[in-house]
Amino acid sequence: MSPEASVTIIQPSRGWVSLRLGALWRYRELLYFLVWRDVKVRYKQTVLGASWAILQPFFTMLIFSIFFGKLARMPSDGVPYPLFAYVALVPWTFFANGLTLSSNSLIANQGLLRKVYFPRLVIPLAAVASGLLDFVIAFVVLFGMLVWYGIVPTWHVLWLPALVVLALVTSLGAGLWFSALSVMYRDVQYVVPFLVQVWLYSTPIVYPASLVPAGWRTAYAINPMVGVVEGFRWALLGTGTAPGPMILVSALAALAMTFGGLVFFRRMERTFSDMV
Amino acid sequence: MRAHGAVAIRAEHVSKQFRLGKQRNQFPTLRESLTSGALRVVRGVASLGRGRAEDAADPTLLRALEDVSFEVRQGETLGIIGANGAGKSTLLKVLAQVTEPTSGRAEVHGRLGSLLEVGTGFHHELTGRENVFLNGAILGMTRNEIRTRFDEIVAFAEVERFIDTPVKFYSSGMYLRLAFAVAAHLEPEILLVDEVLAVGDAAFQQKCMGKMDEVAREGRTVLFVSHNMTAMEGLCDRLIWMRDGRIAQDGPTREVVSDYLRTYLTTRTETAWLDASTAPGNEQVRMHAARVRPRDGRAGDAISVETPFVLEFEYRPDSAGLLPSLHLFNDEGVVVFNVGPTEPSPWRERRERGTLVRDVCHVPANLLNDGVHRVAFCLSKGNDVVFWLDDVLTFDVRDSVAQRGEWYGKWAGVVRPLLEWETGSLP
Repeated sequence: MSPEASVTIIQPSRGWVSLRLGALWRYRELLYFLVWRDVKVRYKQTVLGASWAILQPFFTMLIFSIFFGKLARMPSDGVPYPLFAYVALVPWTFFANGLTLSSNSLIANQGLLRKVYFPRLVIPLAAVASGLLDFVIAFVVLFGMLVWYGIVPTWHVLWLPALVVLALVTSLGAGLWFSALSVMYRDVQYVVPFLVQVWLYSTPIVYPASLVPAGWRTAYAINPMVGVVEGFRWALLGTGTAPGPMILVSALAALAMTFGGLVFFRRMERTFSDMV
Repeated sequence: MRAHGAVAIRAEHVSKQFRLGKQRNQFPTLRESLTSGALRVVRGVASLGRGRAEDAADPTLLRALEDVSFEVRQGETLGIIGANGAGKSTLLKVLAQVTEPTSGRAEVHGRLGSLLEVGTGFHHELTGRENVFLNGAILGMTRNEIRTRFDEIVAFAEVERFIDTPVKFYSSGMYLRLAFAVAAHLEPEILLVDEVLAVGDAAFQQKCMGKMDEVAREGRTVLFVSHNMTAMEGLCDRLIWMRDGRIAQDGPTREVVSDYLRTYLTTRTETAWLDASTAPGNEQVRMHAARVRPRDGRAGDAISVETPFVLEFEYRPDSAGLLPSLHLFNDEGVVVFNVGPTEPSPWRERRERGTLVRDVCHVPANLLNDGVHRVAFCLSKGNDVVFWLDDVLTFDVRDSVAQRGEWYGKWAGVVRPLLEWETGSLP
């Protein structure tokens, strides 16, 4: 950084502020270190460390398989129910943890907010991104299950990265709204777990999307996680919907939510250090 | 004085307001806001966060900064002093972009590093090494910068042996040293420092001051907030005195410090009771005046630890043989000494009644420690206390920069005598 070139102008921001994604890019190393810190601390502080990444979706899958799969005889698009549930739970867990962590991230990092300048967007973004490692670990187990059930994925798996990005964007979008709100309203920390639960059942995880009447499916996909979960099942198990109208609706919904979240977050950003 | 270059910081009419009361102390719940805020939402989301016109007469509004304008040149070391809540820290936060001004404008030329709190972002589960990288990134260093300075940082902090131990096992001294070391090696062109000297042990404080002096001597700009007047006098060329969010004074350090002390410390170096009917006293005595002054000066002149000074008491005794004495307290309320005349016969033999007398007590140089001192005056007859007056004088004994050398912290002890030492080798 050349000293002559860097003049910082400090003045109150007025009206609609720019998103300043450029500043975010300049602070990419901070983003990296915050992700690294979150991951490291989580694995250091817990007795089971990285195995939580597996245990959480795996036990949920077991419970779902027993109660929904075995006892309630939930249809599963002709796929063994445990696999059907686990394929959905891997992206879901990533999304739900990302949403929860990012919603609380500003409160958790209030010491930083009060003392140091950096684009505040880095904080919720790091919270969501820190779940990626857990996701990868859970995915390894998923791979094992595919082998166990003798399912050979097709070229559809090439869609997975895009679907992961969609899950990330959805998680971040919601997380931006809730983290910005959490600075003003501490109730948010009670709202989010409840919301995650409701969201779980409005996403085809224990049941297939095919249970939803065909005419309603596109509208159903306004919940971006519908697109993510159905996409995962299609890409790995060959069931459900190919990326079509549903996934397009999900992607648009996620983008709209995230864009709105970014604008809202940036608008509230100026008050963060005074409020936390 | 160092040579100063172009503008480093320029602040123009910077103001900052906070809303006090509910929103600050107690977080509003959603329900409260939904009910009270329903109207506001109708008026448009666009008004969110914008300053509102009706704020002008609002008593819950705290004006943390009001119309603050100043300029700092490159290479200048500027100190900011003021009472708690005067706006010093808010000013630094605005310059560090941690908080936005409500109005006004500031320019910062060059890379700015802020040390608003030592150890911001340290995580106790991470090792020293990990925290150096994390903290460095938080303060705006790149990974390469941290890597090249890593050894230097660790050496400065003197934690080589524990660098791979989680900082939760560090002593608070080690923790602070490491935290300060990272920040000190940030090498910004402009460094903002807030009260770091309030923490750590004496040796650490000394090290911090040394480093800051080094930073300043390298020609970088330093803005330094502290309550430590001695440190200010040692480090800064110029001081800004903040009072109720405004700049009360901006000038050479020595000038501002003495004006500040005169006002801020409610000292009373001279009291005179012109009206005998309201003057403190009783049927045996009536006070007239009291003052403390350097032996060769007047009341109000500065007294440092090196100044011999006198305490004077003027009164009209209505009783024969009153013997004066005084208690001198330091700012912790400890009695530093309790003295009366060593040769009391002139007082015992005193027979005049109603005439004005003056008793003078001489205090030598290099006896008191620095700080605010209070005097209680007492007159007694035999074993009976006839008259007692608390806090008749309050005065500040200033530290002496000349005596100190490298050390800026508070000297321990109730007194601070200069004693003779000698050394010799034993056969």
